[in-house]
Formats: sequence, C-alpha cells, structure tokens
Amino acid sequence: MSQLPLRAQLASALGRTAATLSRATGRGDGSVIGGRVGLMLEPDLLRKLAADRKLVLVSATNGKTTTTRLITSALQELGDVATNAFGANMPAGHVSALASNKDAPYGVLEVDEKYLPEVLDTTNAGLVCLMNLSRDQMDRAAEIWLLAQKWRRALAGRPVHVIANCDDPLVTWGASTAARVTWVAAGQRWREDSWCCPECGGPLDRSGFGNGGQGLTAAQMADTNWACRECTFRRPEPSWVLDGEYVTDPRGQHWRLDIQLPGQANRANAAVALAVAETLGLDPARALPRLRMVTSVAGRYTTVERDGRSLRLLLAKNPAGWLEAFDVADPALPIILSVNAQGPDGRDTSWLWDVDYRILRGRPVLVTGERRLDLALRLAVAGVPFQLCDSFEQAVGLLAPGKIDVIANYTAFQQIRAEFGRAV
Amino acid sequence: MQSELSIVWIYPDLLSTYGDQGNVLVLEQRARARGIQTRTVHVRSSDPVPQQGDIYLIGGGEDRPQILGAERLRRDGGLHAAIQRGAALLAVCAGYQIMGTVFGGEEGQPVPGIGLLDISSGRGERRAVGELAAEVDPALGLPTLTGFENHMGVTRLGPGVRPLSRTLTGIGNGDGTEGCYAGRVIGTYLHGPALARNPALADLLLSWVTGPLPPIEDSWYQALRDERLRAVLPS
Ligand SMILES: [Zn+2]
Repeated sequence: MSQLPLRAQLASALGRTAATLSRATGRGDGSVIGGRVGLMLEPDLLRKLAADRKLVLVSATNGKTTTTRLITSALQELGDVATNAFGANMPAGHVSALASNKDAPYGVLEVDEKYLPEVLDTTNAGLVCLMNLSRDQMDRAAEIWLLAQKWRRALAGRPVHVIANCDDPLVTWGASTAARVTWVAAGQRWREDSWCCPECGGPLDRSGFGNGGQGLTAAQMADTNWACRECTFRRPEPSWVLDGEYVTDPRGQHWRLDIQLPGQANRANAAVALAVAETLGLDPARALPRLRMVTSVAGRYTTVERDGRSLRLLLAKNPAGWLEAFDVADPALPIILSVNAQGPDGRDTSWLWDVDYRILRGRPVLVTGERRLDLALRLAVAGVPFQLCDSFEQAVGLLAPGKIDVIANYTAFQQIRAEFGRAV
Repeated sequence: MQSELSIVWIYPDLLSTYGDQGNVLVLEQRARARGIQTRTVHVRSSDPVPQQGDIYLIGGGEDRPQILGAERLRRDGGLHAAIQRGAALLAVCAGYQIMGTVFGGEEGQPVPGIGLLDISSGRGERRAVGELAAEVDPALGLPTLTGFENHMGVTRLGPGVRPLSRTLTGIGNGDGTEGCYAGRVIGTYLHGPALARNPALADLLLSWVTGPLPPIEDSWYQALRDERLRAVLPS
C-alpha cells in the first residue's frame, strides 16, 4: 500500500492535512473535507487506495454506520482495518478513510446506497454487505425500487460475494444478480415498502416460517417468510438465521449475541457482521467478543450526563429508524423528540406521518427541534399528549433528574452532540 | 348518511409514500372531534375497491407503482362506480395524475390514466421540489393552500375541471395553477400531507358527506400553517 504513485501519495497527504485542519478548527470530523481535497488532485486515488486490500462495502438505508463499526471491530481480530468511522459515506470519505490507514490489510467502508454502484466499480471490493432498504429523505427523490435496480446492475457479472438480508424483499431482489450471495435472515421490522413484488409488482404473501427461535413473538414467527403470489420470486433459504438474541450459523450452531448495543435492529446488524467475518475466515467464537466491545457508534446509544440527568441519545433518520428507536427506548422513561428539516434531513417533513407515535402514549413526551410544530401536530392527531419546548436545553430542564431517552433526526442529533462537545 | 363515515384508502401497498397516510389520519381525527364515527378500509392493490365508501384517498408513489396502480384501478372499476354514486375523492401527486386521461411513464412514454378528471400529464424538464403556497378558487371558500411538492409532472387542465388554486410560490401544475377539482373529486400535487397542512380542505371533503360541520379546537393545525406560510410568503 505504500507503493502509491507520487501524485497519489501527495494527494492523500494533502487530504490528511485538510482533514486535520478541519478537525482542529472544529468544523467537522474532518473525514469529508480531507477526501475532497484528495479526490480533486487524483480522481483515481480511491481505486489505488483500495487495491491490494480485502475490502468490505456496507450499504443499507439504516444501520450502515453501526454495522460498519461492528465488522471493523470483528476484523481487528485479524489485523489492522481502515474504515470511515464517522459516517462520511461517499467517495470523498472513502478516500480519506483509506488514506489515513494505508497499510491496513482490511478496509470496511460504509457506502451511501446511491453511491454503491460507483464505489463498487472504483474499488472492486470483494465483499458487499446489504441489510435493508426503506423510504428515506424523500425530497431527494431516492426512489428505492430504482435504487435496488441499480444495485442489481452493478452487482451482475462481477466476482463479488454479497452478504444480504433475505428478510427484506427489496434487498433480496437488489442482491440476487450477484455471482455469490450468503443470505442472512436478519429480520425486517418496517414493511411498508415491501408489500409488492419488486420483480413483477404482484402482492407479496407473508407466511409462517417457524424457525423455532427464542425471542420472537408468535406474530413475528408467523410471517417471516415471503413469496410473490404471481411470479417465482420468493425468500431464499438463509445460511444464517437471527432469532431474537440468538444467531444460528451455517453449521447449525447457536450463538447468543449478548452485544452491548441495544435493540433488535442492532442484533440484526451483528448477525450480518458475523456472516461477513466468517467469510473472511473469522469464526463467531472469535468475532463475537469483538462485537460485544462496541458500546456506542458516532454518539448513537451513548448516555450523556447533565445536571443529574442521564440522557440516552438515539438517532432516527426515517420511519424505519423511528421504529428501531422505539424498540430501544424505555417505556418507563420520559422522552425528548427533536426534529429538523435541513438538507441532510430532507426538507419535507411528511415522513412524520408514516411513523406510528401511539406507542409513546403514557410517558412524558417533550417536543423540540426546528420543525417541532410539524411533530406537535402529528402527535396531537395521534392522541399523544406532549409538551412543546423552544430548545433542547429547555426540554432537559423541564424534566426531573434521572434517566431520559432522546430521539432526534440527523441534524437535530448533531446539534445535540455538539452541545456536549462531540465528546460522545 | 349511514351511521359511520367510511374512508377508503386506495392501494397503500403501491401508492403511499411521502406521508400520505396522514390524510387518512387527519380525516379520522377531524371527524372524531365532531362525534362522527369513522371506519377506514385499506384496499391492497390485489383486492377490489369497495363501491360504497364515502371518501376515497389515493397517494403518491414511484413511476412503476403508479403505472401498476392505474392498470388495476381501470380493470377494477370500483372507484368509477363510487364516484358516479357521488363519493368524494382526494387524489395526491401520482394518484392525481392517474385520475387524468394520460400521464408520463418511466421513460416519459404516455400511459393511459383512468379518466376521472379532465386532465393530462407529462414529464417536466425539472423536478419540482419544495414548499408551495397557493390561493384557492374563491368558489370553494378555503384559506391559502400550503404543502410540499415533489414531482416531475406537468399537468394540463381541460375544460371539464377547474383549477384548485393559483400558485403564490411553487410549481404545481406548471402553468401557475395547482391541482384541480370537478364535482367531488379533488386532485393536488401537495404532500405535507395535504390535509394536515390544510384542515379546511379536510373539512370540505367531510362536509360533502355529512353536511355543514361545527368548528373544532385545532390550534396545532393553525400554528403549523402559520409557520409554514410565514416561511415561504413575503410578509
Ligand atoms: Zn412477483
């Protein structure tokens, strides 16, 4: 890796300097700006930095950053790993990540769903990990069926091994043109975007699968399997199966996950990470202890302290993400919700109406963020009592000392993190 | 009117992106606040559209689901029968275009609509994305329309419909108007969702079925409307 051509070496060194400056001036994690400088100088830089490593690309609507972190943690058992740990998931961030760790034999890159074809083409990554696809930031017109179709085209005819969640029909369809796929039954909580067959548009039937698992409710057990009523498209047979706390590996051995990260969505991320690790020669017995070391990811799931209050920070960027956050939040605790609609959030707040907030009835709910009035009306229509707050600080002050859950969307989450000095 | 108000949500499995479910929830809430019981039917695209509903809703979606939705509605015929009986319909975005004679498909090719509104749509040059505000046809007696649009469509209105509104900001149909109506059928490009941002429009749909409605406490609706209109209109 140190044998980069001079121009590329210079470009990546300059990129690192810019990243250091960006961090030093407090303008960001530095990962994007460093990569941008590098890419301007050497468009082929990413290709060169990616060569000669075992590279894993991780993409999905939700859980990209966390899964990237889990896989990275596991692979560190095998050697040094270059990764974009700060969620800078476009090519500039990838250049920055790989340039800052040029000698690492492994690379794990979180990739924005829309950039996956381009990054796959540039890096020639040998492993791609795909977890879920659902509606997200709709004013940027991420039409997810089109996205899955682009994945299909990008994966076809390539010597790439895909690890994909077969419980998500759209992901299954997007992954199934790959030469080799390892299917993981990692579950699917949000189903509003997969009632129709991605292949023919016919209705998808859900039916009992009964993989005899612990931790699944009867209702979940009853409709894990899916098949199109009108064509042959159906759920492939999984090699790995997640059942509540347990993962079954291809040899039929059960593993209790027991990870620190909370919620079923993170157990799904961990199941996928185990499958990726095994593909690279690391069995669950060695990978699991590494997964259990991850306690928070870019501030998510972190607990911060202020004036006797312990605030647990949960990020939810889209309807599926809100369901995952509700799964983690403690019904016995008060909860602060913060919603913005800046560029990275999507400027359209309509998605609030796709989330069922009724689960919050009965706990103290405080509402803040730049688009708090949108959320206020949403909760009023859902019959969820709440209190409107002008600022996050005010919301915290209104609650008694003790534990508090916080759910925020992207820029609202970053604002809260910034208040705590990004120490989280 | 029968004892409970029947709301029919058409094809949420195909056409329900952009929070369109909100239109259903707002109708339910504003009926309930007046002591009117509601019953909502979610009609999957594999099922027949019931003909006895009071208010029908259809939402937005991607190109392919839009084409599938149009085909199935045409084959089914239930919505046509309901509208002929005098039922009300709110059609949003992709659903709005479907109600016309023709709309633009994935590659811009013309796709036949179901002909419940005298409109024809095609693909515009640029995507219309952002906040929209518009003055509603005075004949309907509604306050300024507010919402969020996100579409590639350009819609020409024929003589059989009237424009729902004239835009103050935003693109709408593409000719200075936004949406249209004919009888009890209303079409609009607005998400937001449309009825959450425009509770008077929700009440108009309800009153077509129930007759005049008493006012209700709806300060959260008004607070959001005021904020959104202030954000886009020069004061
Ligand atoms: Zn099919």
